[in-house]
Amino acid sequence: MTLDKNKHADFYKSMLRIRRFEETAIEAFSAGKIPGFIHSYIGEEAIASGVCGALEPGDLITGTHRGHGHCLAKGMRMDRMMAELYGKATGYNKGKGGSMHISDFSCGVLGCNGIVAGGIGLATGAAWGNQLQGNSRVVACFFGDGAMNRGSFHEAVNMASIWSLPVVYVVEANGWGISFSTRNAINLVDLSERAKAYGIPGVSVDGYDVMAVYEAAKAAIERARRGEGPSMVVCNAPRMRGHEEGDPQTYRPKDDIDKAKKNDPIKRYSEFLVAQSILSKDELKAIKQQVEEEVAQAIKFADESPYPNPEEALQDLFVEEK
Amino acid sequence: MSMPDKDISTRKLSYLMAIREAMQEEMRRDKNVILFGEDVERHGGGFGVSKELWEEFGDQQVRNMPISENCMAGLALGAAMTGCRPILEFMFMDFSALAIDQICNEAAKIHYMYGGQTNAPIVYRCPQGGLSYKSAGAHHSQSLEAWYVHVPGLKVVFPGTPYDAKGLLKAAICDPNPVVFIEHKALYNNEGIVPEDEYIIPLGKADVKRTGSSITVIAYGYMLQFALEAAEKLMPEGIDVEIIDPRTLNPFDEECFFESVRKTHRVVLIQEACRTGGVTAEWGMRIEEECFDWLDAPIVRVAGEDVPIPYAQSLEEKVWPNISKIIAAIKNVCYFN
Repeated sequence: MTLDKNKHADFYKSMLRIRRFEETAIEAFSAGKIPGFIHSYIGEEAIASGVCGALEPGDLITGTHRGHGHCLAKGMRMDRMMAELYGKATGYNKGKGGSMHISDFSCGVLGCNGIVAGGIGLATGAAWGNQLQGNSRVVACFFGDGAMNRGSFHEAVNMASIWSLPVVYVVEANGWGISFSTRNAINLVDLSERAKAYGIPGVSVDGYDVMAVYEAAKAAIERARRGEGPSMVVCNAPRMRGHEEGDPQTYRPKDDIDKAKKNDPIKRYSEFLVAQSILSKDELKAIKQQVEEEVAQAIKFADESPYPNPEEALQDLFVEEK
Repeated sequence: MSMPDKDISTRKLSYLMAIREAMQEEMRRDKNVILFGEDVERHGGGFGVSKELWEEFGDQQVRNMPISENCMAGLALGAAMTGCRPILEFMFMDFSALAIDQICNEAAKIHYMYGGQTNAPIVYRCPQGGLSYKSAGAHHSQSLEAWYVHVPGLKVVFPGTPYDAKGLLKAAICDPNPVVFIEHKALYNNEGIVPEDEYIIPLGKADVKRTGSSITVIAYGYMLQFALEAAEKLMPEGIDVEIIDPRTLNPFDEECFFESVRKTHRVVLIQEACRTGGVTAEWGMRIEEECFDWLDAPIVRVAGEDVPIPYAQSLEEKVWPNISKIIAAIKNVCYFN
């Protein structure tokens, strides 16, 4: 697939936004400015960037506990995201959600989710809603390989298949469910084989390769938009860091981690772009500069924003009559 | 919508038909109101509540589901976010346990957790309970309202009469929040006055089902029938029972409880569900906190036993509250024994 230069620049920027947001959030987390958990999306940038790059603006996504990348790739603002991580009133969820629940519904993000596989039924329901409403919106549903063993996964993929719902199941296969390797948790080498059991197409791609992800996602999204039903796209992207920040990964062979880091998807992609003369080093640098400015702004915004008034803890339980 | 006077209407309808009529009216009013669950199309659902709805509204509004409760609840949430107003029928309340993640972890929290960005206008219809619905065993007879009452963000409704069933279900369907709507299986064939004119009963409002001066009895679901019968039996003995049906279990109308207790000074609370951790424990505590100085006797509960529901009828009858247990409790609190 030949992509134009602008598309490549978009991909590079999207991946870099995620990487730099995560690195900055990890610093702030280590400095004690961010409470709770950080499950970083580092190493999976090509997946959200490739998939969201194939979506139309009105399309929808569901994210996971490792969801910052989904939000950024779908176009959410860094500053309000960072503020949410800080637990500030100016965050997307007014400080009520945090890292695992960060979302912008107006941007088509139907929730990041603290429950593994928690968003799969919801994504499938949104696809059903789209079908009932007669619109042409597609839902991209992100989840990890660990989620593939939850019953909610099986129930939802079957449901989408029987009604040809416009949803694409994007498996972010990082090879681990915290400390339990997928190799031991699923008795398949190619996870996309599971698609056959539900009568839908499934494909496995290199989840470090944004172009491969984009190509597979585009085909699946177009198929869904044509009304031909769901697909599964398994993106293999070995986990580059611990399950969460602070996880020493004592359960994991060191060479497994080193190998993942050596294949760093952003490094690989930028080298490819320069070698193929798609983007010059200067052009990459200019993009980098834009991203750095956005990150600096986000941190400033989060630092300077107020914490929510404690009284707000008792608000938003129920919505009044609409 | 005005509240028609049920006293001047003479139309009788069963609890089941009242529920069907509420859905039918709302589905006609708004094509985004969709009903789905196991066997809800031609079969009419587990108890025939949705019979004839698929014939009228078709696949767009009535849909059979594969046996996948967790995903059904997930679908409800996703569909709600795209503009639908889902009514999800669980064949038995017991089966909602398979979906509790989507109901309690997702739908209940979705408005709050996302900072008010979105909401989930969903009705989960849950037939529950036993009693005259006999020998259904441990997986088809439970009373599980307390599970859902304990989750902030869910409304829980449990009508005890056909009139209330219709008015409350219409309110639940129009409500922008997730509502667990409990139906008692043994009430489906009970008939009562249901006016032909449309009406709605606001959620969160209790109803005084019988005025009295001797004691306040708070009862809901099928227990309302027992309480009313017990009250009639006690009248000749000089005990004049006031009966309150909270109708909505969360948020519940505590002011109505307090007002009655301040008048009668005595309270018996009745639940079909097993005793420990039940909703009446919460109500009793609230009354104690607010009305201690008005109480002339300890607050007493009549509740199911803390065991799974057994099969044999002799065992089943042992487990559930009955009229004589209720009468004994009322007499006890009125120092009549």
